[in-house]
Amino acid sequence: MSDAAPPVAVIRNVTQRYRDVTALADISIELPSGCVVGLIGPDGVGKSSLLSILAGARAIQDGQVMVLGADMADRRARSRVCPRIAYMPQGLGKNLYPDLSVRENIEFFARLFGQSRDEREWRIAELLQSTGLADFADRPAKKLSGGMKQKLGLCCSLIHDPDLLILDEPTTGVDPLSRRQFWDLIDRLRARSAGKMSVVVATAYMEEAERFDWLIAMNDGRILATGSPAELRVQTGATSIEDAFVALLPQAADQDQAEMPARTVLDGSHEPVIVARELTRQFGDFTAVDRVSFSIRKGEIFGFVGSHGCGKTTTMKMLTGLLPPSDGEALIFGRTMEAGNYESRRRVGYMSQSFSLYGELTVRQNLVLHARLFHLPPDQADKRIAELVERCDLADHIDGLASDLPLGIRQRLSLAVAIVHKPDLLILDEPTSGVDPVARNQFWRLLIELSRNDGMTIFVSTHFMNEAARCDRLSLMHDGRVLATDTPDGLIKAKNARSLEQAFIAFLEQDAGVDDGAPVTLTQADPNRAALPRADDDGQRALFSSRRLLAYTIREGLELVRDPIRLLFALFGTAFLMIVIGFGISTDVNNLTFAALDHDQTPESRAYLAELRGSRYFTERPPLADYADLERRMKNGDIKASIEIPPNFGMDIKRGRPAFVSAWIDGSMPFRAETIRGYLEGTHILYLSDPAVKTTQASAASAADITIRFKYNQSFDSIYAMVPTTIALMLALFPAILMALAVVREKELGSITNLYVTPVTRLEFLLGKQLPYVAVALVNFAVMFVMALWLFRVSFKGSMLPLLLGTVVYVFTTTGYGMLISTFCRTQIAALFGTAILTVLPATQFSGMMVPVSSLSGFAQLIGMGFPMTYFRPITVGTFTKGLGFADLGPYVLMLLAFIPVLTTLSLVLLPKQEQ
Amino acid sequence: MRSLSNIFWLGTKELRSLFGDVVLIGLVIYSFTVAVISQAQSNSQELYHASIAVVDEDSSELSRRIIGAFLLPYFQPPVHITQAQIEPVMNSGRFTFVLDIPPNFERDVLAGHRPALQVNVDATAMVQAGLGSGYILQIIDTEIDWFLARAQTTPLSPVNLVTRIAFNPNVTTSWFESVMGIISSVTMLAIILAGAALVREREHGTMEHLLVMPLSPFEIAMSKIWANGLVIAAAVVIALYLVVQLVLGVPIAGSIPLFMVGVVLYLFFGTAVGLFLGTIARSMPQLGLLYILVAVPMNMLSGGATPVEAQPQWLSTIMKASPSTHFVSVAQAILYRGAGFDVVWQHFIAIAGIGALFLTLTIWRFRAAVTATGA
Repeated sequence: MSDAAPPVAVIRNVTQRYRDVTALADISIELPSGCVVGLIGPDGVGKSSLLSILAGARAIQDGQVMVLGADMADRRARSRVCPRIAYMPQGLGKNLYPDLSVRENIEFFARLFGQSRDEREWRIAELLQSTGLADFADRPAKKLSGGMKQKLGLCCSLIHDPDLLILDEPTTGVDPLSRRQFWDLIDRLRARSAGKMSVVVATAYMEEAERFDWLIAMNDGRILATGSPAELRVQTGATSIEDAFVALLPQAADQDQAEMPARTVLDGSHEPVIVARELTRQFGDFTAVDRVSFSIRKGEIFGFVGSHGCGKTTTMKMLTGLLPPSDGEALIFGRTMEAGNYESRRRVGYMSQSFSLYGELTVRQNLVLHARLFHLPPDQADKRIAELVERCDLADHIDGLASDLPLGIRQRLSLAVAIVHKPDLLILDEPTSGVDPVARNQFWRLLIELSRNDGMTIFVSTHFMNEAARCDRLSLMHDGRVLATDTPDGLIKAKNARSLEQAFIAFLEQDAGVDDGAPVTLTQADPNRAALPRADDDGQRALFSSRRLLAYTIREGLELVRDPIRLLFALFGTAFLMIVIGFGISTDVNNLTFAALDHDQTPESRAYLAELRGSRYFTERPPLADYADLERRMKNGDIKASIEIPPNFGMDIKRGRPAFVSAWIDGSMPFRAETIRGYLEGTHILYLSDPAVKTTQASAASAADITIRFKYNQSFDSIYAMVPTTIALMLALFPAILMALAVVREKELGSITNLYVTPVTRLEFLLGKQLPYVAVALVNFAVMFVMALWLFRVSFKGSMLPLLLGTVVYVFTTTGYGMLISTFCRTQIAALFGTAILTVLPATQFSGMMVPVSSLSGFAQLIGMGFPMTYFRPITVGTFTKGLGFADLGPYVLMLLAFIPVLTTLSLVLLPKQEQ
Repeated sequence: MRSLSNIFWLGTKELRSLFGDVVLIGLVIYSFTVAVISQAQSNSQELYHASIAVVDEDSSELSRRIIGAFLLPYFQPPVHITQAQIEPVMNSGRFTFVLDIPPNFERDVLAGHRPALQVNVDATAMVQAGLGSGYILQIIDTEIDWFLARAQTTPLSPVNLVTRIAFNPNVTTSWFESVMGIISSVTMLAIILAGAALVREREHGTMEHLLVMPLSPFEIAMSKIWANGLVIAAAVVIALYLVVQLVLGVPIAGSIPLFMVGVVLYLFFGTAVGLFLGTIARSMPQLGLLYILVAVPMNMLSGGATPVEAQPQWLSTIMKASPSTHFVSVAQAILYRGAGFDVVWQHFIAIAGIGALFLTLTIWRFRAAVTATGA
């Protein structure tokens, strides 16, 4: 590094707070250019915040940050400089798309940087070649191993030839061989760029930091020290960076390494506690665990060492009975842990990878809950909890919520919970990931105590080599297989290695053979390359680029096609609900039950009832005996109406006296009651005009001939209105939900970072994601249209043009509506219910489905007028049932069209281009 | 005893988790306030503010009397239009009814010529069209009779029909919709809260933890059922007294305690279904999508939206097996018609039985479902 070169980044007085947590406390530093700058420190000390600010992904709250000479608080400067920065966020492949193949992932990023097809293909070929991924170009990202995912992430970052590469914990959880290869690759890439490329990297592996040029040690939002690795070691007088870091910590008093007393066999028996024989587990065609065998003796600490996804967790799940093995067997205390084996389970303590605490409970509540569930008698439970609180040093946090605890304390609580019932066997799955070295030491001291003093057998998995070295015996795992099992010293000796890490690498190399682990060759700079313009010179400055927009469209489309559940829901959900609603929601009330209470029993009374019996609307039930019977049967819903004919009915008619019939109608459902009343009155009029009915008096005919003309739907069948309305309803609900989920999914999974740090604009992002769902909605429309014609037999009377035009515009508005809702939702579940509620209510109640909008008043009418379905329902009903054309429906299409700019603008305003 | 204690203690944890989830608590409050009130005030069950236009080619006293008889809240004040406008205003859906009074209508009526009077009804406005045309016939008839009655006495019909509506004499929508709103909220929340409780534990990894402890799937499932059921049942009681009776002023005829027995049984069913869906869904969004496909038909076809009698035979046969249909019957019988236990016990048995079936299915799928995600 040259002192003359201007710093790659200058940070002045930056402070960053999230609610009441201070992530960065008044940080000021200059990062030298042209070298590898390493940020070291445990999780949660502000490393990621600092890196995301440098990348422009996160908005600066307070202070000033200049990167490559641009002020990162200024939007224009940021968009000018962002094509020169590459950012790989924390979490293996967090900004990648698991359902896309290696090539598709890289293509997506290339399009985001506006690269032409030629340039894209040339660059991708070169990157795949250099990273050794060429053979896996068509493999979905989710099926890559950790090391390959990390290389893919690197390819995606390097596609636009950045000057500054920001890597946030790129190697966490990756096996040591892949880790070494990764850093070799970075070194060669830097060499090729002739030192022009600067790299800023955060890491939790202190050993890795040895190879960086310049280090920043961070703790608790502050910088502890800066300098080269050698300088830091000298400054603290430590031999390793890890020790140097521990020495730099303010509470450095507690730094003695956890010493490992020799194992003393307590009862002399070598009876194994855990035995695994040829244990195998397959998921589909993927073998997660492949014929794993080992046995663990009483009282020993047995380690399982390997990268993420090598099968450690799956093996542990089979041991604990959570997962049935595909083949082989796992015995604990000589028995399998099948579902009913509660006795063995009382002797096992388990701490899963995610710590498995109830975050919404306090420390004490978590402990008490588990004591209760293991049925410790109350007095013993209190004593045991007090003992654990003391032993695990939890007293200061006893009434704090578990979710608010720092990781290290949460981990100790998790251990306390797992051993509350004094188990004989303790199974721990990666108990220390993400915890700082001091906390890790404390934790191991607890484990050693449990093993040596309490005689607990401990089975622990880890990807930290210095932890593995503390086990009595360990198994090295890779790709679902155990490579070797021995004591740490035995393993080192077997490979003549200097350290356990070196030994593991040797075993991995031996396992991989020559091919896979071979160092990848880096192509020399292509002479044509200079001729290729850097994409940012032309495409990237453009305010709008269809190429970037299409990048999102293509990606979203591919993802949708590959997610069977979402696709099935998107395509058949509408069809299913269309059948349900089309057939089920009907206002044609038939089969109404009635019963008669005929006190008269004359030919006249029977003639009156015969009129009802002949109606297609009514079904008669056995006659009523008396009023009590009437009341009872109305109450239990057996009859919906009762007709009472009084004594002397026949006599009154014969004598020309006005006779009366009284009807009781069940009013529990108002609409049905009103309909019954209408039917009864209609039937009554029919009775009066029936020539067969002989009364002594001339029938009084109405003075006018009133005709009711049911326009558009002469038979007045509700299906002719309901089916077109259902099409409008379904196209309001489904596209909105799918769209909202699609945007929030990116927020939840973290790939939204790509919007923050690449040249893609918010408009391109939103429209690009909208197009696939518009297409899905149009397919839905086609399916429902065909269903309406053939399944529901609703004929199409109007013209196609307004319907098609209206539909296209409408699905843009409904997806736009989902887009708007997504801007203020953080989780997918909130997006789902938010959209469902905000769509279903206006769609079913305020858009004319049951009640015409013109009959609504006040607030309801306002909601109705602000909801697109109000303007689309007239188009579907109008074209299907009313037989209308463009002349009548044009204004509705225009109204819908007006929604698009409004919804899009609102979404743009509400969607931030940086994380807040 | 051991088992009961486990169920109790797990349930207390469940309550704490639920109250820690702002989104779900917000959903509970929304469902029993805004959702119920807006549904109750929708007037979707009655004729309310129907839009009507008239073409008055007669301009007589009779025609004016007829027009003046269309009153709020059933009809909006009639709007005068011309003959030529009939087609366009009906096509655009601006008016549901258009009354055409021909020239010389009054003269012809008085002369006993029975002149024709046409009522155009937009038959695509379903509820209004059906109810409204009946009202219009009656209004016109009555007005003509009154008009004639001044000139001469019209005889009373030889036979007269007197209809009275039991349980809800003024056929007020809010009486019906408020309780139906509560029922659909109960269905929604029972499924979502229980399903989310299961999926949440799976996503956080705590479910694995529970399964490694000496706890059975039955105990875990029952704890979620009682805890989530309790919260919803309490919300129903509060909503019945505060929202339905106090805010909306709906009188309740029957016994609320008996209704609550039905609610508790139905919650058992609903939460069991929620847990069952939770064993199928692999993530919260999937649970939400499944919920829509299951709960929307259950709610819409239960008789709470449109009458079960209006469904095709095959569909109503299927829906009679759905506990939501039984529960709507129970609610209507108890709350409106004041029915007692003797009337509803068969529904109770059906609801509890189907709930038990889903609980069994859930327990059967439990272990496999919980661990399937960890791959």
